[in-house]
Amino acid sequence: MSGLWSTLPMLGDQLAAHVLLSASAIALGIALALPLAVWASRSPAVARTALGFASLVQTVPALALLALFFPILLSLRAVFGEGLPTLGFLPALLALALYALLPILRNAVTAQANLDPGVIEAAHGVGMSDWQRLRLVEAPLSAPYVMAGIRTATVWTVGAATLATTIGQKSLGDPIFAGLQTQNWVLVLAGCLASAGLALVADALLGMIEQGLATRRPALSFAGLAAVLLGVGLAFAAQAGSTDERRIVIGAKGFSEQYILARLIGRRLERAGYAVDYRDGLGSAVAHKAVSTGAIDILVDYTGTIWTNQMGRQDNPERDAMLTEIVAWETRTSGTHVLGRLGFENAYGLAMRRERAGRLHIGSIDDLAAAAPRLTIGGDPEFFERPEWHAVRSAYGLRFARQRNFAPTFMYNSLQSGETDVISGYTSDGRIEADDLVMLEDPKRAFPNYDAIILLAPETGNDPALVAALRPLVGAIPVEAMRAANLAVDRETDKLSFDEAAQLLARRVGL
Amino acid sequence: MQTAEPELEFRDVRKSYAAHAAVGGVSLAIARGSFAALVGASGSGKSTLLKMVNRLVEPDAGSVRFEGEPVASLALPALRRRVGYVFQSIGLFPHMTVGENIAIGPRLAGEGLTRARIGELLELVELDPEMVARMPDALSGGQRQRVGVARALAGEPQLLLMDEPFGALDPITRAALGERVSGLHRQLGLTTVMVTHDMAEALLLADRVLVMDRGTIVADETPRALLAGAGGPIAQGLVAVPRAQADRLAELAR
Repeated sequence: MSGLWSTLPMLGDQLAAHVLLSASAIALGIALALPLAVWASRSPAVARTALGFASLVQTVPALALLALFFPILLSLRAVFGEGLPTLGFLPALLALALYALLPILRNAVTAQANLDPGVIEAAHGVGMSDWQRLRLVEAPLSAPYVMAGIRTATVWTVGAATLATTIGQKSLGDPIFAGLQTQNWVLVLAGCLASAGLALVADALLGMIEQGLATRRPALSFAGLAAVLLGVGLAFAAQAGSTDERRIVIGAKGFSEQYILARLIGRRLERAGYAVDYRDGLGSAVAHKAVSTGAIDILVDYTGTIWTNQMGRQDNPERDAMLTEIVAWETRTSGTHVLGRLGFENAYGLAMRRERAGRLHIGSIDDLAAAAPRLTIGGDPEFFERPEWHAVRSAYGLRFARQRNFAPTFMYNSLQSGETDVISGYTSDGRIEADDLVMLEDPKRAFPNYDAIILLAPETGNDPALVAALRPLVGAIPVEAMRAANLAVDRETDKLSFDEAAQLLARRVGL
Repeated sequence: MQTAEPELEFRDVRKSYAAHAAVGGVSLAIARGSFAALVGASGSGKSTLLKMVNRLVEPDAGSVRFEGEPVASLALPALRRRVGYVFQSIGLFPHMTVGENIAIGPRLAGEGLTRARIGELLELVELDPEMVARMPDALSGGQRQRVGVARALAGEPQLLLMDEPFGALDPITRAALGERVSGLHRQLGLTTVMVTHDMAEALLLADRVLVMDRGTIVADETPRALLAGAGGPIAQGLVAVPRAQADRLAELAR
C-alpha cells in the first residue's frame, strides 16, 4: 500500500474540482430548497408535490440521473443555442443539485411543520407580517434542522460527485473509475479515501455551524462558515488558474484500450504544443454524441459500433465500403471528421476458455448455438443492449441459460472463475492471449467490422496543426502492439499506468 | 366609569367551521374600563369570539368595532399592536431573551424599548428586572406567563385580551397572577376581556360575566347577580360547581 501515499498527493487537481462541483451543487440545492420550503409551509399541496418530486428524484440511481442530463441539455440547445455545454460541469451540477434537494427540503419542511403552534399564534398575535414571522421566528427556529439537512445533502453529494467522471467532469471519481477498470486497487482506494475524507471534513465544519445555531453561539457558526468558504475559495483559486487556456479534450470510453489511446493522442498533442484534458469513462452512445457535438474534441471509435448503433444499419458490407459510408454519414449529419484508421480492429466476439471450448467441441458460434441452453453468457454492461448482439443472437438462434452483466475487467475474471462459460470479448484485448481464450468463429459474419478510427469534432478537425500532429497515428498501430499495451495495464501483477502503457505503445510502433 | 361609546362592540358576528356554527350571531358591547369574563365549556365559541377582535379569526358575517372603528378596516399589524394579547400557550419566542420577547411589539413598530422601560414592565408583573437577559426555557411556567403579560402590555394598549391565560399554571401561581392582572387592570385603566372555563376565576376577577353556550351568549350578569341566582340554568349550572366547593370547604372548616 506504499503506492497509496504517493498517489494521494497527486489528486490535488481532482480534489479541487470535486470541492467546486459539490459546493456549487449544494449551493444550488439550497437556493432551490429554501424558497420551496417556505412556499410549502404556506401550502400543504405544494409541500406534498415538492417532497414527492424530491423523493422521486432520489429513487433514480445517481449514475442514471447524471447521464440523463446529457440528452436533456442536448435538446435544450434548441432553446439556448449550440454554446450550451452538454457534458462536464453543467450536467453534473444540475443532477447533483437535484439530488441534494431532498434532505434539505425535507428537513426544512419538517422543521416548519413541527414549530410550536403556540409560538406561531403568538407571532401572529403580536402583529408580525408574513415576512417578519418568517425572518424573526420561523427561520431562526428552523435553522438548526435545515442545517442538519444541508449536512446530510453534503455527505451524499460529495459521494455522488465521484460519478460525475462518467459524464466527463473531473472529480475524485477519476482515479476510482480508472482503478476499477484496471483492477488498480491503490487508485480506487486513493479516490475513495480522498472523497470520504472530504465528506468527513465538510460534515464536521457544517456540524460546527449547526451546533452554533442550535446553541445560539454565533461565533461558532461563523467560524464553521469561514472555514467552509476558505476551502471552497482555495479550490476555486486552484481551478481558476488552470482553466484559462483552450484545452483539447480527449474522450475515452470506459475500457483500458480507450484510456491508453487517449494518452497516446494526448502525448503527441502536448509535444505539438497543445494543452490537453481527458474525459474518461464515457458511455459508448454519450461518447459519439460528445465528439459530434464538440463537447469533446477527439475520440477513438470503432466502425462497427457507429455502423450499427449510430447509423442503425443491419447490413454488413466489407470494411472499406463501410468506412467510406461512415465518413460520408459523419460529414453529412454533424460535420465530424474521420481522420482515419489506427490500423487495428477491436471486434466484439464471443470468447471461451480454450480448454472448455475444446471439451464441448465448440469452435464457432454455430457450434455454440447447440450447447447454449446449458451455458451462461457474460457481457459488458452495454453489450446485451447493442444491435450487434441482437443480430448475432437471431442469426445463430442463440438461447443461453443465463445472461449476466459485468464491468469489462470482471467479465474476464468471471470466465476464469467459471461463473460464465462465454463472454463478449474484444479481439484487441491482451487478456484473450494471456488467459488462453479462443474467439469463436463467426461463419455467418453476423458481427460487423470494428476498425478503430480517430474522430475529430467538427471544429477541431479544421485545425491543420492538430491534424498534422495526429496524422502519423493513422495505420500505425497493429493489433499485436495494442494487445500488448492493453495487457500491460490489465494484468494482475506489475501493472503499468495508462501513461506508461501509452509510452510503451509509442515506443513499440516507433512513434 | 362607563362612557357612551363602548371600547369594543360585536355586531351580529357569526363564524362556522365545516357546517358547525362556532359563533352564531353574537351582539355585544363592552364598555371602556370594564373587566369582562367570557365563560363556557370548551367548544362554546368563546375563544373564537375573542380572536375576532384582533382578527386571528375573521368572522363569516357581522362586524367587530374597536374604539368605534370596524377592525376589518384597520391594518392588521397596527391593530394587533394596539391590542395586548395573552395566550393560553404563553407563546414566548424560545430563541429570544425575556427582554427581546417583551420588546417585540414596539420593535415591529420600529420603536424599540429602553432597558429601563423593560425593567418597569417586569416590575409591573412582579418579576426581577435582572431577568431581562434570561432565555424563556430558564423560567418557571408562572414566570413565563408573567413575561407574556408584560409583552402584552409593552405597547401600552387600551385593550387587553386574555385567552385562558392561567390555564396551564398551578393553583398558587394562578391565584397570584390573577390578582396581579386584576391590579394592573385598575392601575392602567385597561379594558380587559378574559376567556376562561373556570367560573370561580371569572367571578373573582371580572366585573361582568358573559356565559357562552353553543355559539351564543346565554347570560350577561355581574358576579353578584350570578351568585344571587340570575342568568338562567346554564349559567347557574356553571356557578353551582364553585359554590358547592365553597360550601363544602366552609363545612370542613367548622
